[in-house]
This record gives sequence, structure tokens and C-alpha cells, in this order.
Amino acid sequence: MISELFSATVLIGIIASGIRLATPYLYAAIGETFGQRSGVLNLGVEGQMLLGAFAAFYVAFTTGNLWLGLLAAAVVGALMGLAMAFVSVTLHAEQGISGIGFYLFGLGVSDLLFQRMLGTVETVNGFQPIYIRGLSDLPVLGRILFSQNILVYGAFVLVPIAWFVLNKTTLGLKIRAVGENPQAADSLGVSVNRVRYFTVTLGGVLSGIAGASLSIALLNVFQQNLTSGLGFIAVALVYFGGWRPAGVLLGALLFSMVNSLQLWVQVLGIPVPSDIAVMMPYVLTIVALILTVQRVRSPSALSKPFQREG
Amino acid sequence: MEDRLPKAEVSALDTLRANASKIADALLPVLAVLAALAIGAIILLMLGANPVAAYGALLEGAFGSGNAVAETIVKATPLLLVGLGICIAFRGNVINIGGEGQMVVGALLATLVGLRLTSWPGWVVVPLAMLAGFVGGAIWGGIPGILKAYFRVNEILSTVMMNAIAVQAMNYLLRGPMIDPAQMELASRIPQTAALPEAFRLPRLAPTRLHLGAFIAVVLAVGVYILLWRTTLGYRIRAVGQNPDASRYGGIRVRHHVVVALLLSGAFAGLAGATQVFGVNYRMITDGSATGFTGSAGFNGIVAALFGQLHPIGAIPASFLFGALLVGANKLQRMMQVPSAFITSLNGLVVVFVVSSDIWRRQRQKRRLAAAQRAAEAAVADSGGPA
Repeated sequence: MISELFSATVLIGIIASGIRLATPYLYAAIGETFGQRSGVLNLGVEGQMLLGAFAAFYVAFTTGNLWLGLLAAAVVGALMGLAMAFVSVTLHAEQGISGIGFYLFGLGVSDLLFQRMLGTVETVNGFQPIYIRGLSDLPVLGRILFSQNILVYGAFVLVPIAWFVLNKTTLGLKIRAVGENPQAADSLGVSVNRVRYFTVTLGGVLSGIAGASLSIALLNVFQQNLTSGLGFIAVALVYFGGWRPAGVLLGALLFSMVNSLQLWVQVLGIPVPSDIAVMMPYVLTIVALILTVQRVRSPSALSKPFQREG
Repeated sequence: MEDRLPKAEVSALDTLRANASKIADALLPVLAVLAALAIGAIILLMLGANPVAAYGALLEGAFGSGNAVAETIVKATPLLLVGLGICIAFRGNVINIGGEGQMVVGALLATLVGLRLTSWPGWVVVPLAMLAGFVGGAIWGGIPGILKAYFRVNEILSTVMMNAIAVQAMNYLLRGPMIDPAQMELASRIPQTAALPEAFRLPRLAPTRLHLGAFIAVVLAVGVYILLWRTTLGYRIRAVGQNPDASRYGGIRVRHHVVVALLLSGAFAGLAGATQVFGVNYRMITDGSATGFTGSAGFNGIVAALFGQLHPIGAIPASFLFGALLVGANKLQRMMQVPSAFITSLNGLVVVFVVSSDIWRRQRQKRRLAAAQRAAEAAVADSGGPA
């Protein structure tokens, strides 16, 4: 049975679903990267994802329009991001704890709305795989890379965009300056608060879309606690990726591949207790954190509220 | 200096102001809860439920009868125990989000002790099991502590991951090695352990479910107060929390105390898990999630501790309040069809508001400090300047 795991079909299947599963991690973790590079640790990602997932699902389910659903997720995410920004930037609240508050809020409200407005687990026809003539017919790569849905492509396109914005634009320079030395940035006329509001709200939008990618593109259902810890793993991936988009991509892929492998192990009936298999990605996250924090340095002002001196 | 008030009046005014601002500090969490309830009322309105009737149902559910109050205390017990651990961790400036996992591991270890030593007398096994719960939680909290202190791994992330790992370990054990032998015979194979012998149950105040755990928790609250403010260990944990650099300079082993803070924090959550098994359920059973066993006490204990201003004694009424919300939620669900997830949302808001309102406390603290400085300067000026 173990040998089945190494047959070409299965390997392609593992990689293809691994790439698909990386989608929500990528949106959420890239969004969180922007926030953390500017010095704000948003631990409410999981809550933002849950609300985004519900909003997307509910709108798509009632209107039948997936794009409207996606928009709803982005709007809800933006509102949650704004709230987080207000609390952490304007009110200087302890970010680790307020994030947990937003997580509980998102967890509760999404469940509450689900029970009141849907009642039972429904399904939608989510975003369908896009076949690209020629590319999708390629022998192996076709199935792995070019038979995915639009949100999967979007997630992978987001990585170079994020890299470009962070490293090659004035905005990116401001974000990094605010995260490394807010006092200096401030004295040069950069509005620390405005930059942080922007990044945290952007993070909210992307977390909302991450939730939508689960509820209307990958799983096509909504249920209580749909994300089950995925948002927290996304935050961990930012650390793992050393606060760089490429690193986040690597982490997300590694993580989703392990998850995919774990799912296939169960599908093939390989005698590993499923609970132990499900445990593996979390153990891996901890090991990955141990290995990476030794060699990278976090943004200096991470999770420190900014206050003008004097 | 002519228009200045006489010294005595300045200091009297300052004292008055200082006292008023201290009272305001204590009121802030209350205001935060009121604000959360107000937003909750808006949510209720949007759901088409009458907020007055809903909050009425909540109150009645929590306090409507002697049994309701007993249930409230039963729900408050794990919140208090977890909250005590949170006081220790947060005072040491380490954030422990791993209460859920620590409760699970503590409960598993305690249950194992209970099921292995069935022929032993209860007065030996029960304390042993509580100790096992304490140790189990300590291990599960200590690992993130070591990871933070010696490997610089963010404890928020590692404790969240440890939660997920603990849940899967529980599911594995309850479906396999620890499953009730009777369930093995049945097709249903409910993932639960065998029931504990009756002799091992924590004494109850019949006919309610109020058990000895509540008493233990209150005693421990006093214990944690003594630990934090009357022992060297507690002083060091708080010193490391307030200023790690100064502590290191003062010869305190910072890393060591980070580990101890998380370890102790986990230990109390583990004890909470153990008392749930020996005081309420008498066996472990899983629905696949941590919440199925903990009732989210690992998270709600954080809410209670914050509401109690991270003071172990303050955590007692705070836990009672949030226990009441949880019990009242059942009534809310039955009478008005408002799902209990409403309470989770409220708790989230309370956390956000409590930590947000901290800015006003810090501002007043600054003002108090300035006032004290003024008073000191005035005293120096009166005595003819510094010698």
C-alpha cells in the first residue's frame, strides 16, 4: 500500500491538491505579512477568515453570484481589519490579546449567523477549474498547474505582486520603515498610523478572501469553525517565511503538501491512525518555527504600538 | 509660586484624584462588558430577537433558581482555574493561548490515573489524579515555555499548535488505546473511556452538580495571589514580565522564569481539565473537537482573567460572571432560539474592549505618577531644596 503512494497518478494527485490547499494559506499569510512588516501582529486572521467565508458563502448561496460572494468577503474582511487597526494602532491595545478577541468574535458571529440564516450545511457550485487550451493538456504539469480555479491562480499571482510592492515601491519602503523604525519614519514625515491602518485593512481584505477561497472555491460549504485553525497556521507561516513573500510561498506549499499527503494516506487506507496523520502538520509547524527563527530577524517594531516621544 | 495651593491641600487634592482614578480603573472592565452587551443588543436586534427579553432570559437562566446558581458555579470553576494560570502567564508577559490543549492533556493524564488504579482507595487516587492533571498541563505549557525561552519560538503560535496536537492525541487515545472496553463490543464505538469508579468522584452538593472543584479553585486563587505577591518566585515572574532587561541586569534568570510562568499557567489549566472529569463528567468523551470537552474554557478563562484585571482574587467574581453567561446561554437558546455562539461573540468583544480601554488606565497611571512627582518636588521645595 505504501508503494501505491509513489505511483505517478497518486503523486500528481498529491501535488495538485497540495497546490490547491495552499490557496487560503497564501491569501491570509501574504496579508499578514503586510501587517507584520509594518509592525502590527494581527492574530485575528482566523476570525476574519471565518466571517469572510460565511459572507462569501451566504451571498453566493442566495444570489448565485460567486463574484458578489467574493466581494462580500473582501468587504467584511476590510471592516474587521479596520476594527483591528483602530484597536491596535489608535488605542495601542496589546495586539496578541486583542487579536484573540477578534478571533472569538469572528468564531461566534459566523456560527451565530450560520445557525440563524442557513440552519443546515448547504453547498454551492463554487469557482470551477479553468482549462487553458494547450497548457491544461500538458502531460503532468497540466493537471498540477493549469487545471485550477481562479482563486488558486490569484493566490499564486499575489506572491510576486506582494514582493514587488514591498521591495520596489515607495509604499513598500514606507511599510518597511514603519515596521523597523517608526520614530525615524515619523520624523521623515511618514504617517506611521496611516501606513499601519492601510496594511492591517489590506490584511483583513486578504483574510476575507482566504475564507472565501475555502467556502466558495475549495470546499464549497460553510459550517461552524470551517477554518479550524488555518488562520493561526497562516500567521505562523509569516514567521516561517521570514516575513518575505517568497518564504511564505515556500512555507504554504510545504504545509499544504504535507496536508495533502496526509489526506491521501487516509484515502489509500494506509494503516496510520487518522488522528495521528491530522496531527502531523501542526507538529511540522512547530518544528519549522524552531528551525527558522534561528536565522531570521523579525521586524523590530513588531507588535509595538507607536507613540510620538515627548 | 504665590498662586500655588498650600502643600496640605495639594496633597489632599492629589490623594482624592488618585483614589478617584483608581476607582475608575476598576470600573473600566465593567464599562467594557456594558459596551459588549450593547453591541450584543444590536446583534440580537438584527437577528430579530428582543434584546431586553433575551438578556432577561440570560439572567433567569443563570440566577433563576438555586440550581441555576449552582450550575453557574460549575461552569465558572474551569474558567477560574484556567484564569489563574493566565494571571501568572500574563503577569510574566507570556501569552498562553494553549489553555484548551493543556486542559485536554491534564484531563487525559488524570483519567489514566483514575482508570489504572481502580482498586485503590478514593482518598489516594483523587489527589493523585489531580496532581496528574496538574503535571499534564504543566508539560503541555512547559514545552512552549522552553521553545520560547531557548529557541525564540513565539509562544502564541506554539500554544495554538499545541492545542491542535492535544485534540488529535485525545481523539486517538479515546478511539483506540483508552476506549471503554464495553464500547469495543458495540458497533457504535463511541469514542469515550470507561466511567470512573464512584468512589473517585469529587464530592457534590446534592442535588446540584456543584462539586468540590469550585472550592479548590477559590482556595488556589488565594494561593496564586500569595505566589505572585508574597514569594520571591512570584516577584521574579512579575519583574521579568515588566522589564526583562532590568531583571537580567538584576541577576534574575529571565529564560528560566519564562518557562516557569508558562509551565505553571499550563498546570492550572491541566487541573481544570482534571476537575472537569472527576467533578462533572466522570469519564472522557470526544466529539472530535477540543470544545466538546472543554466548552472553550481554555479561551474563556483568558476573558475572565482579563476582566479580573489579571488579579487572582479579581478572577473569582469575573469567572462567576462569565460562568453565568454560559449557563444563561442555554436558556437563551431554548427560549429565544438564539444560538449559544452569541456568547462566544460577546466574549470576543469583551476581550477587545478590555484591552482597548487599557489606554485610559495607562494615561491615568501616567498622571498619577506625575502627581506623585509634583508632590515630592513640593515637599523638597518646602524643606529648602535638596540637601
